[in-house]
Amino acid sequence: MNSTSLKARTFKLLAVIIPLLALFIYVVLRSGPLAPVAVTLTTIESKPLTPSIFGIGTVASQYTYKLGPILTGRLLHIYVDVGDYVKTGSVLAEMDPIDLDARIFSQQATLKRADATLKEAKIQQAYARTQMQRYKELFDVHSTSEEIATAKRQDFLVSDISLVAAQEDMVRARADLDVLLAQRNSLRLVSPVDGIVTLRNIDSGTTVVAGQSVVEMIDPKSIWINVRFDQIATQGLTQGLLAQIVLRSQKDHLLQGHVVRLEPKADSVTEELLAKITFDALPKPLPPLGELAEVTVDLPPLPAKPTIPNAAVRRNGQTVGVWEIINEKLHFTPIKLGSSDLNGYVQVLEGLNEGSRIVVYSEKALSSKSRIRIVDKIAGTVK
Amino acid sequence: MISLAGRDILHTWGKFVFTGVGLGLLIGVTLVMAGVYRGMVDDAKVLLDNSGADLWVVQKDTLGPYAESSSINDDLYRSILSLPGVHHAANITYLTMQVHKDEQDVRTMVVGVTAGNLGMTPGWPTYLVAGRQLTRGHYEAVADIATGFKLGDVLKIRRNHYTVVGLTKRMVSSSGDPMVFIPLKDAQEAQFLKDNDAIWQGRYRTEANPAFNRPNVPDLLDAIIASQSTNSYVNAVLVTLKEGYSAADVAQSIQRWKRLTVYTRAQMEGILVGKLIATSAKQIGMFLVILAIVSAAIVAFIIYTLTMDKIREIAVLKLIGTRNRTIASMIMQQAVALGVIGFVVGKITATFSAPFFPKYVLLVPQDTIVGFICVILICIIASLVAIRMAIKVDPAEAIGG
Repeated sequence: MNSTSLKARTFKLLAVIIPLLALFIYVVLRSGPLAPVAVTLTTIESKPLTPSIFGIGTVASQYTYKLGPILTGRLLHIYVDVGDYVKTGSVLAEMDPIDLDARIFSQQATLKRADATLKEAKIQQAYARTQMQRYKELFDVHSTSEEIATAKRQDFLVSDISLVAAQEDMVRARADLDVLLAQRNSLRLVSPVDGIVTLRNIDSGTTVVAGQSVVEMIDPKSIWINVRFDQIATQGLTQGLLAQIVLRSQKDHLLQGHVVRLEPKADSVTEELLAKITFDALPKPLPPLGELAEVTVDLPPLPAKPTIPNAAVRRNGQTVGVWEIINEKLHFTPIKLGSSDLNGYVQVLEGLNEGSRIVVYSEKALSSKSRIRIVDKIAGTVK
Repeated sequence: MISLAGRDILHTWGKFVFTGVGLGLLIGVTLVMAGVYRGMVDDAKVLLDNSGADLWVVQKDTLGPYAESSSINDDLYRSILSLPGVHHAANITYLTMQVHKDEQDVRTMVVGVTAGNLGMTPGWPTYLVAGRQLTRGHYEAVADIATGFKLGDVLKIRRNHYTVVGLTKRMVSSSGDPMVFIPLKDAQEAQFLKDNDAIWQGRYRTEANPAFNRPNVPDLLDAIIASQSTNSYVNAVLVTLKEGYSAADVAQSIQRWKRLTVYTRAQMEGILVGKLIATSAKQIGMFLVILAIVSAAIVAFIIYTLTMDKIREIAVLKLIGTRNRTIASMIMQQAVALGVIGFVVGKITATFSAPFFPKYVLLVPQDTIVGFICVILICIIASLVAIRMAIKVDPAEAIGG
C-alpha cells in the first residue's frame, strides 16, 4: 500500500466520518430536551379595546296567547290552521254548545213569563189603588164601614209588593239569560290580537278540559331573543346596548338588535344571566320560534392601555404573568389583567409597559432556564 | 508506532463504514423503541401537567377521570371552593371521540373547560402555538396540532359546529390522542346529546306512556320531556391549592366532608403510569429487551465475521512475531470503532425518524447515554470471542492452505 493511496483512503473515510459526527452533534444539541424552544414574540402596544359579550339564545315571543275554553266541553269547529294570520276579534274555534241553546230558549220563555207576571201585577196594583181610593172617599162621607176601607187599603199594599216581586223576577230572569248568553259567547274562541297561529293542539270533536289550550298564537311584533350569557363574562351588560344576532339557519347573515331587558333573576343552576334582545327590523320571513341564535353584544370601547394577546398569558405556580424578554433572556413577569375582547386581546392593568417584548406562542411550556429560538411562526401551524 | 486497527480500517474502509451504518440502523430501532416507551409515559405525564391541577376530585370510589369514567354534579365545585386551602376549582369533562371535519374524522379527546380567569383556571391549554384561547362561551375550539386541524377550520362534534381559534402542541390523552378543547357547556351537551333520531324516538316513547301523557294534566308531558334533556354532570373537578397548604391535607378534607374521591398529583401519576399504560408499557419493554439481545447477537456475529475474514493476515502478523496483545487491541479497537459509528448513525436515524411515528417518541439523553454504554460494552464483549479465535490461530496458516 503506497502513501498516496493511504492518504486518499484516509480522506475518503474522513469525508464520511466528519459529516456524520457533525450531524450527530447537531442532533444532540438541536433535538430532545437540550434543544431550544421555538417561540414567537410580540411587542406590547397600547390599543383601545372594544369588549363584547357572547351568548346564545332562542327565538321566542314576548306574548304567547293560549286560547281554550273556560269550561270542559267538546270542540265543535276549528276555523284556523298553523301559520294563519288572524285579526283581533276573529273567531278561531268554537265549542259545542250541547244543551246551552235549549237552555237559552227556555230562559227566554221564562223571561217572557216573568214579563207577563209583571204586567199582571201592574194591572192588579192599579185596580187595588183605584179601589182603595174609592173606598177611602166613601168612608169619608160615611157610606161604607171602616173595615172595608181598611181591607181595600191592605189589598193595595199587597198588590204593590207583588209588583216589586214581579219586577225583581223579571230582572233575575233577564240576568239568567245574560249568563247563558255570556256562556254561549265564551264558546267562541276569539283572537285577542293581530297575530299568527302557532299551534293547533286539538281537532273538532275532541273533548277539552277547562283551561286546556286549543289554539296557540303569538304576536309577531313581539318576537325577541331569549339569550343566556355566562355570568362570568357579563360585566358591563346593560339595557339598550347594540347586539349582533346570527341565526343558526342564516350563518352568514348578521342581524342587528338591542338589549331590551336584563332579567332581574339569573339562573343559579346554569350560572347564566338571562336577557332579551329585540330585532331592530324583524327578519322576513319570520324566524321560527325556538331557533338557536348567537348574540354578540358590543360594550362601549375602553381607552387605550397596553394590550396583549391572550395566548401570551401563562401561569407560573399561583401567579399569572407573561414571559418577557429582558436582556435577551426569559423572565416571568406577573401581570394584572383587565378587560378582554372576543378576538383574544386582553388589557394589562399592571406589570407591563408599552414596548416590552413578550412571548406569545411557544412549542413547549417555558421555564426561566429554557433556551429559546425566535421564529416568525411555529412550524406546522400554517396551512 | 502505526495503528494496526486504523490501517486495517483504512484498508477496507467502505466495508467497515457500511457495516457500521447497518449496525446503526439496528441501534436506531432499539433507541426508537425505548423512545416509544418513554413517549407513552410522557403522554401520561403531560396530561397531568397540562391540566394544571394539584388535586382531582372525582366520583366516589372511581379511578376517574382518565382511567375510569366518573361523573359528579356540576355544582359541586362551589362547595369545594369554600374549603380552606382551595385556590381554584374548575369543572372539567373528558370524552374520547371522533371529531369530524368535512369528510375526514380524527380520534381525539374532547376536553370541556370552564370559562374563568384567564391563565388561572385549571384545565385550559397551558400554551399555544397559534391563534388564541377560547373567548366565547360556545362553539369555539382549541385543537392540538397533531389533529391536523388548522386555524379557521370548522369541526363537527355531535350536531354542533366549532371553529378552531387556537392551536396547541403536545396536549394529548394518556393514550396519545390529541386533545380538542371546547367550552364546558358545549362539552356537557356533546357527552350527553343523542342523535336527533334517538331524541325523537325518546319523545315518542314518553308520549306513548300513559303515566306521563295524561289528558287532564296537559303540561305534564312537556315537563317530563324537558327534564329528560338536561345534563348537569361533569367528569371531575380540578383543584389548585393556595400556597402553604399540603395537597394531602386538602384532599383528605374534601374526601371527608364532601364524600368524594380525591387524587393528588403523585397518586394520579401512579394510576396513569401504574395502571392505565402498565400492560402496553410492559409489552414495549419486552420488545426492547428482545431487540437489545438481537442487536448484541448481531454485533457479535459481525465482529466475528470481520475477524474471520482477515484470519490469514492475523496469521501473517503472528508469523512475523506480533504480540498477542497488539492483535487483541486491534480487534477490540475495531469493534469499539464499529460500535461508535453504529451508535452515531443510530442516534441520527432515531432522531430524524421519531417525528414520523404516529405516536409520540421521546428520546431522552439518559437513554442515549445508557444506550451508548451498552453498545460499547456489547462490542467489547463480542470482540472477546473474535480475539480468542485470533489468538488461537496457528501462524502456519499464513503459509499453508
